Amino acid sequence: MYCEECKLRPATVHLAQMFNGQKIETHLCEQCASQKGAIIFGADHQLSIANLLGSFLGGNYGIQEARSPVQNSSCPNCGIKFFDIRQTGKLGCAQCYMAFEQELEPSLRRIHGNRQHVGKIPLRGGEKVLWRRQIEGLKQRLQEAVAREEYEEAAEIRDQIKNLEKRTG
Amino acid sequence: MRKPRKSVIRLKIWKRERDKEVGGMTIKKLFEETFLAWMNGETAIHSDIVISSRVRLARNLSEIAFPHLLNQESGQKFMQLINEAWQKSEFKELKQMELVTFENLSALDRKILVEKHLISPNHAQSTAFYQGLLVKPDGSLAVMINEEDHLRIQCFLPGLQLEEAYRRSQEIDDALEKELDFAFDDRRGYLTSCPTNIGTGMRASLMLHLPAISISGQSGHIFHNLNQLGLTVRGIYGEGTEAIGNFFQLSNQITLGQSEEDINASLTTISQQVIEQERMLRESLREQMKYQLEDRIGRAYGILTHARLISSNEALTLLSDVRLGIDMGMIPRISANALNELVVDIRPAHLQKKAGSDMDAVSRDAKRAEVIREKLQTGEEES
Ligand SMILES: [Zn+2]
Ligand SMILES: [Zn+2]
Repeated sequence: MYCEECKLRPATVHLAQMFNGQKIETHLCEQCASQKGAIIFGADHQLSIANLLGSFLGGNYGIQEARSPVQNSSCPNCGIKFFDIRQTGKLGCAQCYMAFEQELEPSLRRIHGNRQHVGKIPLRGGEKVLWRRQIEGLKQRLQEAVAREEYEEAAEIRDQIKNLEKRTG
Repeated sequence: MRKPRKSVIRLKIWKRERDKEVGGMTIKKLFEETFLAWMNGETAIHSDIVISSRVRLARNLSEIAFPHLLNQESGQKFMQLINEAWQKSEFKELKQMELVTFENLSALDRKILVEKHLISPNHAQSTAFYQGLLVKPDGSLAVMINEEDHLRIQCFLPGLQLEEAYRRSQEIDDALEKELDFAFDDRRGYLTSCPTNIGTGMRASLMLHLPAISISGQSGHIFHNLNQLGLTVRGIYGEGTEAIGNFFQLSNQITLGQSEEDINASLTTISQQVIEQERMLRESLREQMKYQLEDRIGRAYGILTHARLISSNEALTLLSDVRLGIDMGMIPRISANALNELVVDIRPAHLQKKAGSDMDAVSRDAKRAEVIREKLQTGEEES
């Protein structure tokens, strides 16, 4: 496949952008891609990544959408509005991930698929992650016990969960 | 009134008081000399093709706004936290590092750091007191402060050794994390300023010299396959596949859903195939185009050892030929260290630093030719 722009070099950069729910693919050589400011994920061009994310989130294309309440809600930690994140493609702080969890979910899914973190866990706070994973496991067992109508076992598990939840604060 | 003390190197704003261990290697060397740990290619694995390995970990504090939203107040708070974490740490390698901030570092010195690959060109645009570099004077470890993320912990080593580069960068991560609350989410991993980097927050890269792949016209095809495998390839100098000097950066795209170890292992395995390919193509060039190749390399060596004016692009291109000629035993050996150093030495900021003054284009080209001639002579080993 040749580059759509110069039609000379082989296309090595393949961009898939979501635009109004429609997938638009662009195939470029690296030279044209970098001239166009398009981006290979992971390269060191933060501006173009921001542009791309902006378009992921539906902004940047001159399409004026009604400002829903979500657009005007802001992150309790840094104060940034979701509207601004859409415009710039830049999050304000780490807590924005929690504050706008639902709004960000579709674009994060588009970038990363359904994947979950399996890498390093920080030493600090790592304990909490382990406890949280333990609690999730217990909750699963609790449901199973209830389904089997093993109420004594269920009560035991419920107490374990309560204890763990106390420790995690 | 106390007169403000003007330090000789101006750039030392933060200082670890109790540290006398840094010894001979001072931060000054980082700006005045070229050689860094990653240039030490003499004994490193596959260092004829893999110039260097870099691992970069993105980390952010959970309570503080990302770099693009920092102001005087939050920037101050941030620097206090970082400074404390660094001062308090008992971890040896972190203690050996120095904190340099950009507000009174000259544009030239910031460019020096870019040319040494320690900071990004974007980062070099910064002049804020809360932006800078926590760096080990040998350049093996460098933490970019408030580039796109609060911290980008980087380890640079010569040759193919991603595992070791990861080990060392994550030791710095552990040491800093003892004092700092890094933003982390059970499901999404380390939270980064740009959502494309969440998860491990890790970017592992190899700097490769691939002249035979370029000469034989295989790069488009090979790089396309690498892209399909989830890797990014780009030219380090120049643009895209027409990388000047045939230096390429190969790095992982995926940061979520794979462990750091797996990412490094797969990048290492794939790069070994690229290395294999490059070696094979070198041999077939030798078989099929012996005279053309020897001629090309001989001419490159002749120009570099005799030119009086040379542009950056021409120098990089010819140095690639010379490097290939050395690897293939066609011209006298010049140490890998000298060659690695030379690629950085001939860049504008390093030349200007060496000359000690602003230069016009002609005097820069003259200085470049002089630096190359000298280096190729002193770097030449007895054969
Ligand atoms: Zn093109
Ligand atoms: Zn926020």
